[in-house]
Amino acid sequence: MAKLILQNVEKRYETFHAIKGIDLSIDDREFVVFVGPSGCGKTTLLRMIAGLEDITGGDFSIDGVRANDIPPDKRGLAMVFQTYALYPHMTVAENMGFALKMAKVPRDEIKAKVAHAAAMLQLDKVLDRRPKALSGGQRQRVAIGRAIVRNPKGFLFDEPLSNLDAALRVQMRTELVKLNKQLQTTMIYVTHDQIEAMTMADRIVVLHAGIVEQVGSPLELYNNPANLFVAGFIGSPKMNLLEGVVTARDDQHVEVKLDDAGNVIVMGDRIAVAPGTRVTVGMRPEHTALVSDGPIGGVADFVEHLGNETLVYVKRPDGQQMIVKADDLAGVRMGDAVTMAPKGDRSVLFGPDGKALLRREFHLH
Amino acid sequence: MDQGVAVTNISTEVRSGRGARQVNTLPLLLPAVILLLLWSILPLLRTIFYSFENYNLMTPPAVFNGGLNYRYLFTDISTWVAIKNSVVLVLGVLAASIVFGTLIALLLNNDFPGRNIARLLAIAPFFVMSPVAALIWKNLLLDPVSGLFGWFMTLLGLHPIAWFSTAPMLSVVIIYSWRWIPFATLILLTALQSLDTDQLEAARMDGAKGLARLRYIVLPHLLRPISIVIMLESIFLLSAFAVIYTTTNGGPGDATTTLTYLIFIKALNDFSIGSASAAGVFAIVLANVLAMFLIRAVSRNLQA
Ligand SMILES: Nc1ncnc2c1ncn2[C@@H]1O[C@H](COP(=O)(O)OP(=O)(O)OP(=O)(O)O)[C@@H](O)[C@H]1O
Ligand SMILES: [Mg+2]
Repeated sequence: MAKLILQNVEKRYETFHAIKGIDLSIDDREFVVFVGPSGCGKTTLLRMIAGLEDITGGDFSIDGVRANDIPPDKRGLAMVFQTYALYPHMTVAENMGFALKMAKVPRDEIKAKVAHAAAMLQLDKVLDRRPKALSGGQRQRVAIGRAIVRNPKGFLFDEPLSNLDAALRVQMRTELVKLNKQLQTTMIYVTHDQIEAMTMADRIVVLHAGIVEQVGSPLELYNNPANLFVAGFIGSPKMNLLEGVVTARDDQHVEVKLDDAGNVIVMGDRIAVAPGTRVTVGMRPEHTALVSDGPIGGVADFVEHLGNETLVYVKRPDGQQMIVKADDLAGVRMGDAVTMAPKGDRSVLFGPDGKALLRREFHLH
Repeated sequence: MDQGVAVTNISTEVRSGRGARQVNTLPLLLPAVILLLLWSILPLLRTIFYSFENYNLMTPPAVFNGGLNYRYLFTDISTWVAIKNSVVLVLGVLAASIVFGTLIALLLNNDFPGRNIARLLAIAPFFVMSPVAALIWKNLLLDPVSGLFGWFMTLLGLHPIAWFSTAPMLSVVIIYSWRWIPFATLILLTALQSLDTDQLEAARMDGAKGLARLRYIVLPHLLRPISIVIMLESIFLLSAFAVIYTTTNGGPGDATTTLTYLIFIKALNDFSIGSASAAGVFAIVLANVLAMFLIRAVSRNLQA
């Protein structure tokens, strides 16, 4: 049970304005992911929520109670560190039970809670070992177990999977989501990996240079990026962004003459843009097709065969690179001249200020 | 042939042990090992040889006298007093180094203005040579007439104490502690700085504050450096000599005559090289037994 509300929350270091006024409301039981490039302030924001870092401006409340000045151990939030931060001289059981011991919980009760959490995380066999004698995945689970045992209102994770190998990371990803459903608690998860964000989050918060760029469900962010930054950040491979000038519009369509290319049509309900405006058209690689006589031309620079799909990197006349997701039967080879066409109903239009020009209604789920 | 076998043994051990590379290290080690042997083993052999001789510089020549030197050594009450004094000195200084070293290191690990200067000053006594330290203490601090302590005591209306005659061992322990606490501080401070900040923050989230944090997080982290301090200081303190020589000359009586000092007396006051050598051999055996235990304890700590 934890509803967290941030109102114009700020963090100023002596020389650096790290968090520049963030408004955010996180619902009970929600799985929220903070994502953004390195240095954007994800860790700082999480640590402010945890209480490990002072909040220098704005208000933060937990379940309606102002929490700016509540010490970290009294906030009812548990944190899992990127380095796990296990106590090396304690056994797994002692590590997991430490917070309860500090809270003067009776020994039997600690033992029962630790055993319960250990069973949940398949750690029962290693309870007597020191962290040193554990695998990376086990250490990770001990760190999570240490948080679970406290029975917190919310969990805070700071890139907890970045030290694991790829297979284990995928496995832990699903386990964490399951855990969220099972424990019915709020979880905030920090990552710079947008795939982790997309796969785990109920809601994603995209941070950039200390501000929130967009908050939304993974598919909202994918289909309706609010601005060029989110468009470029969410989705892999990256969205293609080409500039051009609006030549015509009606209630359902906007026609754009792209620089160094022909005209493309972006479909959308009553897009508010006047002919002559400079715009950017966003086209995802998976929504762009190699066709004969398409409006966008270029030379296939590089072809990547991944088996289930083929990525074609096209060099445009102006030197820009575009990526198209084709199937393996496309038969494109390096050096071939190709033309491409975007799907008009999936393209996104951004105005001169970099903000999206339309909010498309999608029927999700 | 022997060497070949030994080398294969080592390399298989290494391979099974940690799967490390297979290198024949013997030729690389040999020059250093040979030098070390010449350096330490030859004098040792010579000492052992002398210890079986009745060899007094005043009454040459030296003659073989069996184990007589050893018999005298073990039946002489002053040997046991010297051992007791050595133990008191080592344990006293160790206790002071660990307790005060830890406290000072914890203090210096905090952020405060002038921290760097404070650190430098706290470490400085270690760089003062023992005889100099001893002279400073003897003449400027502990002297009942001209010493600082005496002055303080008169200020308080007390009688100044003649430290070296009323509490000779305590005085020696204090002086050695003054020199060795900084060493412990230095090592423990470095260790404190290497304590993972994430761990401290995790402890903060777990609600461990103040003394609980010290007891459950910081002190366990310091266990290893403390055991290293114990080992190194014991080795140095067992052979401590300069301060005793400069201040008390082992006295009054035999109150500050440690085993090392006893050997010195035998050799250079009594000119009895034979019995000094016997005491020396005994001291070596003692030191090695102690070192074995210490090293074992430390390496167990290092593995944990
Ligand atoms: N103590 C500090 N003093 C000044 N600036 C700081 C301090 N700590 C962090 N910063 C700055 O604040 C910004 C945000 O840092 P933060 O650690 O939150 O980034 P992050 O988003 O977690 O990045 P990463 O993905 O690399 O972990 C960075 O530009 C960093 O340089
Ligand atoms: Mg970070």
